[in-house]
Amino acid sequence: MSLTGSVSGGRRAWLSSRSAAYKGGRVLLSLAFTLLGLLLITFLIGRVMPIDPVLSVVGERASNEVYMATRAAMGLDDPLYVQFFNYLSEVLRGDFGNSLLTSRPVIDDIARVFPATLELATVATLLGVLLGVPAGVLAAVNQGRWPDHLVRLVGLFGYSMPVFWLGLMGLLIFYGKLDWVAGPGRLDIFFEDVVPQVTGVILVDSLLAGDLEVFGNALSHIILPASVLGYYSLAYISRMTRSFMLEQLAQEYITTARVKGLSEARVIWGHALGNVMVPLITVVALSYASLLEGSVLTEIVFAWPGIGFYITNALLSADMNAVLGGTVVVGMVFIGLNLLSDVLYRLVDPRAR
Amino acid sequence: MTKFTSAFAASMLAAVAMTSTAALAATPKDTLVIATSIDDIVSIDPAEAFEFSGGDLLQNTYDRLVELDPKNLSAGYVPGLAASWKVSEDGKTFTLTMREGIKFHSGNPFTAEDAAFSLRRVVLLEKTPSFILTQFGFKKDNVEQTIKATDAKTLVITTDKKYAESFVLNCLTATVGSIVDKKVAMQNEKNGDFGYEWLKTNTAGTGAYALKSWKPNESYVLEANADYWRGKPAMKRVFVRHISESASQRLLLEKGDIDVARNLSPEDVAAVSAMDGIKVAEDLRGRIMYLSLNQKKAPLNDPKVVEAVKWAVDYEGMTKTILKGQYTPHQAFLPLTYLGELKDRPYKLDIAKAKALLAEAGHASDIAIKINHRNDPQTMAIATALQGTLTQAGIKVELTAMTGKQSLGEYRAREHDAYLGAWGPDYPDPHTNADTFAHNPNNSDEAKLTGKLAWRNAWDIPEMTKATAAAVEEADTAKRAEMYRAIQREHQQKSPFVVMFQKIEQTGLRKGVEGLVTGSAVSSVHYWTVTK
Amino acid sequence: MTDHAVSPGRRGGLRAWLTTDTPASRFQARCVQSYLGWLRLAGNPLAMLGLGIVAALILAAIFAPLLAPADPLLQNLSGRLQPPGSPGHILGSDELGRDILSRLLYGARITLYIVALVVITAPIFGLIVGTVAGYAGGWVDVVLMRMTDVFLAFPRLILALAFVAALGPGIGNAILAIALTSWPPYARIARAETMTIRNSDFIAAIRLQGASPLRIVSGHVMPLCLSSVIVRVTLDMAGIILTAAGLGFLGLGAQPPLPEWGAMISVGRQFILDQWWVAAMPGLAIFTVSLGFNLLGDGLRDALDPRSGR
Repeated sequence: MSLTGSVSGGRRAWLSSRSAAYKGGRVLLSLAFTLLGLLLITFLIGRVMPIDPVLSVVGERASNEVYMATRAAMGLDDPLYVQFFNYLSEVLRGDFGNSLLTSRPVIDDIARVFPATLELATVATLLGVLLGVPAGVLAAVNQGRWPDHLVRLVGLFGYSMPVFWLGLMGLLIFYGKLDWVAGPGRLDIFFEDVVPQVTGVILVDSLLAGDLEVFGNALSHIILPASVLGYYSLAYISRMTRSFMLEQLAQEYITTARVKGLSEARVIWGHALGNVMVPLITVVALSYASLLEGSVLTEIVFAWPGIGFYITNALLSADMNAVLGGTVVVGMVFIGLNLLSDVLYRLVDPRAR
Repeated sequence: MTKFTSAFAASMLAAVAMTSTAALAATPKDTLVIATSIDDIVSIDPAEAFEFSGGDLLQNTYDRLVELDPKNLSAGYVPGLAASWKVSEDGKTFTLTMREGIKFHSGNPFTAEDAAFSLRRVVLLEKTPSFILTQFGFKKDNVEQTIKATDAKTLVITTDKKYAESFVLNCLTATVGSIVDKKVAMQNEKNGDFGYEWLKTNTAGTGAYALKSWKPNESYVLEANADYWRGKPAMKRVFVRHISESASQRLLLEKGDIDVARNLSPEDVAAVSAMDGIKVAEDLRGRIMYLSLNQKKAPLNDPKVVEAVKWAVDYEGMTKTILKGQYTPHQAFLPLTYLGELKDRPYKLDIAKAKALLAEAGHASDIAIKINHRNDPQTMAIATALQGTLTQAGIKVELTAMTGKQSLGEYRAREHDAYLGAWGPDYPDPHTNADTFAHNPNNSDEAKLTGKLAWRNAWDIPEMTKATAAAVEEADTAKRAEMYRAIQREHQQKSPFVVMFQKIEQTGLRKGVEGLVTGSAVSSVHYWTVTK
Repeated sequence: MTDHAVSPGRRGGLRAWLTTDTPASRFQARCVQSYLGWLRLAGNPLAMLGLGIVAALILAAIFAPLLAPADPLLQNLSGRLQPPGSPGHILGSDELGRDILSRLLYGARITLYIVALVVITAPIFGLIVGTVAGYAGGWVDVVLMRMTDVFLAFPRLILALAFVAALGPGIGNAILAIALTSWPPYARIARAETMTIRNSDFIAAIRLQGASPLRIVSGHVMPLCLSSVIVRVTLDMAGIILTAAGLGFLGLGAQPPLPEWGAMISVGRQFILDQWWVAAMPGLAIFTVSLGFNLLGDGLRDALDPRSGR
């Protein structure tokens, strides 16, 4: 986003304190507005949905008296704006309320489930980028020839198969028949709670504790679901890379560079790829963000206790505290990622100011 | 590919290779690992828990005054934390003598005070399962008198009327009768809630196991109580993991990473029973599958239409195919093995008869109904099969698959057309189902007897209600059984309930796992009887 | 030079009229562009394969009643879970004994319905929002992008779930919900492209000629963004069908007994280890269709993009 139509005077000016503060203030303000919008819409959806949160708690046998008493205790009889205001004031104090389903503070629940999804999404995106970008470049450079077709078909295959199919097949082959990886779940049960929980990301916590056995076990559990999700990431990233690279390679400066005598590798990896970084960052951020929202189906197949399953389960039981808390957390990360990609964008590409 | 990429790939492969040898394949001898679906647990306070998985957990962490012997469930109730009891002449006063020398997990000794506290708080907290006790006339304002600990060893409870002794004692075996450690509960009390907030996520009982950790929708871990009064359990630790997919459970079982898989589909059961090292145990449970028709919606209140529906269900066909091994045909509202069970099955698939009945009723082809049902795979399969046969008979069916909570709202408000669902007993006495299927003292909308299925389907039955109320007070067991049979026969003919199946639980076990009692129709699962 | 005002009726004349490089009217210029684009497309064998697959999908949908060997709703409990190649069931039968091939053919209609609804709504809306935001800059950009962010920040499945839960289950509502949650990525991509283009020379030139911003955006910027959007749309096609399957998995998508491919996979997952065909056949159908759309999309991009220089 630009302040005015004119070009500001270079990176130094952008980093100058006054305009940085101004920009920072605007960013924070828009952040706040976005979060508020998020909260409001989620809240309204929760109240509009025909799923009854009271029933989730009292169950189907409850007599009418128990039902009405619970409903009043949950504050559902107050007018909508009162409920929202109460909720908002609690959130500002850092209290996201208790989950109806787990009877625990939503914050505790999220601190438990979010790192699991973070771990999965990060490893998956890493795989996707490390394999997808070179694959996309390869495809673009060899457009129309067999490497191109191969990359496209491989990507397409993973992209069109349902994730639970891929996951279950993966489990069947790599766990069931070949014994290369571990089964569903984040850890073998014997290793649960062995390393002290610092970040909630088991891979990190086990390294921090110096426990390589737990690290190895966690790795063997995460590799399959991360690969399944990473396959999607890879498909998307490789396609977009190919598409952007094709655009770049058709540009005149490429021909110029070749004519000047630069090696092909330098032309492709140095120049073309460099210019592709800009939109590619957006793509990777989008891909990561979509993995973060939690691939519910993967989490179910691999018994991975992540935030996707948490929010979905909460939504279907109208456990709105949990849904709101989860949405806010995921939303903040999304927004943060977008912000980051915007900033990187501006730093990397002088044209986009 | 860049050098970095290949280096990374190589290290990943190495890591995988390293870890696969490190993974343990079999479970230790003193640990029981179970895979099942535990996402229905909302609270583990015995005064509130009412769903299956919660019942399973509480069965093993708490004890009750009266129990069912897992080695002989059909024998009926036996002494639990109450060593013996006496009933007064007028049948209203029960004097129970507490067993001596029992300690809670906290170390506090068990006394009648704890028993009185546990039962009183159920009435006072007024959560969903409280009706199991309040149906005896215990009310907030009289619990002090009706549930009393006269000394450390004696508990006296007084009901409002004379009920069958077996009825009262059977109710005490339910989850809601679990005995809670009063001192620990009150230590964690907040705002006069009798420890409710704390007990929602913690346990304080005398049972075979203590809860070590519980991660909702993930797992719970139980540790053996070495001083358990029935003897130390063979399994020192029990891990229960939440795995909702049958295929995942099956793979884990095949690899030996779990000992018990409780939610295998019929096809997966067929596959694992042929495998080395795995066996399948079958247990007839108390859950009943039924289709009910809302009597508020014409023409569903025409008896001929209702009967037509009963003839348009492929009971045998479904149990032989889609439900193979996991449901058995059953057409009465009391589960088999209950006092008063009825084995008669008057209905079978007869499309011609269904058509004829509909024609007689004048609705040969103009009925269109919506069937609400839950969206788990088996219920959906049954619903779709029903849709097939009903369509052949001339009734158009629209299916609305919903998650549990959605469908219930409409049902409880009496706004549905038809509901396909399951009902499980709350306590091992026939009144549990009779009360809901055959008892409706007030059919008006205002009465809101949402806990009763007869009310939800607007079935007005003053006579049958009286018969049901009489049956629960009958002291002679043989007579009582006959009364329930008579009610069920009439129910089969006249009610808007199409009772179809009773559940059979098929459990996949590694060979060597013995003694897992899943509880049959009367109880929940027992872990402390397991040996490997 | 040949006289280009010749009427299109004469053989050879039509071809010439369409391949001229000095068109006499704007209409003719458009036709020439389209025809040349078509030629480029036709010259690409993979794109033709894609087109063939899409055409097959459309034909299967239209002629399903004629092509299907059995009634897709006819249940036969004793003949359930038959493997492919069994008599009467070339692709096998499902858990209620229904013929899978017939269900696939009728399911093609539902697939087309899904695709059409999504393509009409999400990308177009996203394109508009993105190009306007990218070109206008300033507070218009801020407002539009914040709006986009709110929707982007929503876990997509949650928003779709909530929408469907509010409207009621059913395939139409599910698709609408998915489409409504899909537009933000298009907006961001369009905006990114617009911002790269907007300071380039030819835009400046058009602006100097007096073109209004509306004209610039709709006439020049949008077509350039179109190719990225098309690529993304074709990629998303399979994802959307699978998201519908995901909603069905949670009970909010296509209701039984509709032979929607995604719902068929969801149900078939219970049998995936031994009776793999129940889930694999619809999966294969989805794969083939999305392959077709992807190939066609790529071909269209190559054909339509004036910058691809081919």
